Amino acid sequence: MAQQPAIEPMHQFMIHKIVDLPTIHVGNLAVDMSITNSVASMIAGAIILIVFFVLTARAEIVPNRGQALAESLYNIIDRVLVGPIVGPGGRPYVPYIFTLFLVILVLNLMSVVLAIGNIGGLDLTFAVTSQLAVTATLAVLTFFSVFILGFVKHGPKFLTLFWVPGMGVFGGAAMVLIEMISYFVRPLTLALRLFGNMLGGHVVMSLFGSFVVALAIVGLSGGVATLAFIPSVLSFTMIVALTGLELVVAILQAFVFAALATVYLNEVVNFGHGH
Amino acid sequence: MEPHAAVATVIDFAKSAKLIGAGLAAMGMIGAGVGLGVLFGSYLQAAIRNPAGAASQQTMLFLGMALTETMGLFAFVVSLIILFGS
Repeated sequence: MAQQPAIEPMHQFMIHKIVDLPTIHVGNLAVDMSITNSVASMIAGAIILIVFFVLTARAEIVPNRGQALAESLYNIIDRVLVGPIVGPGGRPYVPYIFTLFLVILVLNLMSVVLAIGNIGGLDLTFAVTSQLAVTATLAVLTFFSVFILGFVKHGPKFLTLFWVPGMGVFGGAAMVLIEMISYFVRPLTLALRLFGNMLGGHVVMSLFGSFVVALAIVGLSGGVATLAFIPSVLSFTMIVALTGLELVVAILQAFVFAALATVYLNEVVNFGHGH
Repeated sequence: MEPHAAVATVIDFAKSAKLIGAGLAAMGMIGAGVGLGVLFGSYLQAAIRNPAGAASQQTMLFLGMALTETMGLFAFVVSLIILFGS
């Protein structure tokens, strides 16, 4: 009987160096500039986005396929999210939210679609958005740009965001505390949502992949153990179904991230209207 | 019994307690599952009663889904911290 491979669902998230580059010293800080599998995936994502932009940026009256795709993606942000939620005041911020949406969408889709590159332990692809550092960067960037925009647009009056009218002095003070907690936990939830969804999905897919191999090896030993091929095939069917689900989740999470950024933006742009 | 064997047993207990704790922490995701079921169930009920208004509320549906899911993901992350944290 062949040896059972180890079941290591977390192994796919290990960062290892592909190209060794010298360490750069900035003051007391040593920055390792080596290209890891995470960096390589992010560069690939950036290249895909740049190529997509170059191919579709030149607008024509009769759109070709690429431009039609780009326009429908843009409509998701402009007509489905920012238009109904924020209104005309949100138009200047559409490019940022669209960029956010595209970056997350491309990185998410790459980690699902290109996962075939991991066959044979090559570790060619990597789920960038299942690293908390990446999602936290995006979330903190979004949250604090919106928060600072509030002060830029409304000045110190923006702090009345935390004040709930009609609660009295003591009730109001208690509500300020609660409102502040629920406000400043937003970047955390924004980061954890994307991270948790991608990590969870990839762990489950990896587990079912391990089942296929492990059960097939049991089945190869012959006799009654041949029956183990049945759950092995079932696990493989499960992987196919889960890949479809992960595709939906990848698109949905990019959409949800953009939608929440829009909702946070709405509080700033329409501050004081029906708050 | 040798003293080394006793030490090994104690370490195993600590590890198993860690695994049980991670499993218990992950039970918080039950709530998120129930919540998502209620969410999509209510949406379907409303959508079948008033199909014309269904499409306009889809954004709100996904927003609600995201916010509901967060609570479950907190439990998931706590469980991961117990498993892989120091």
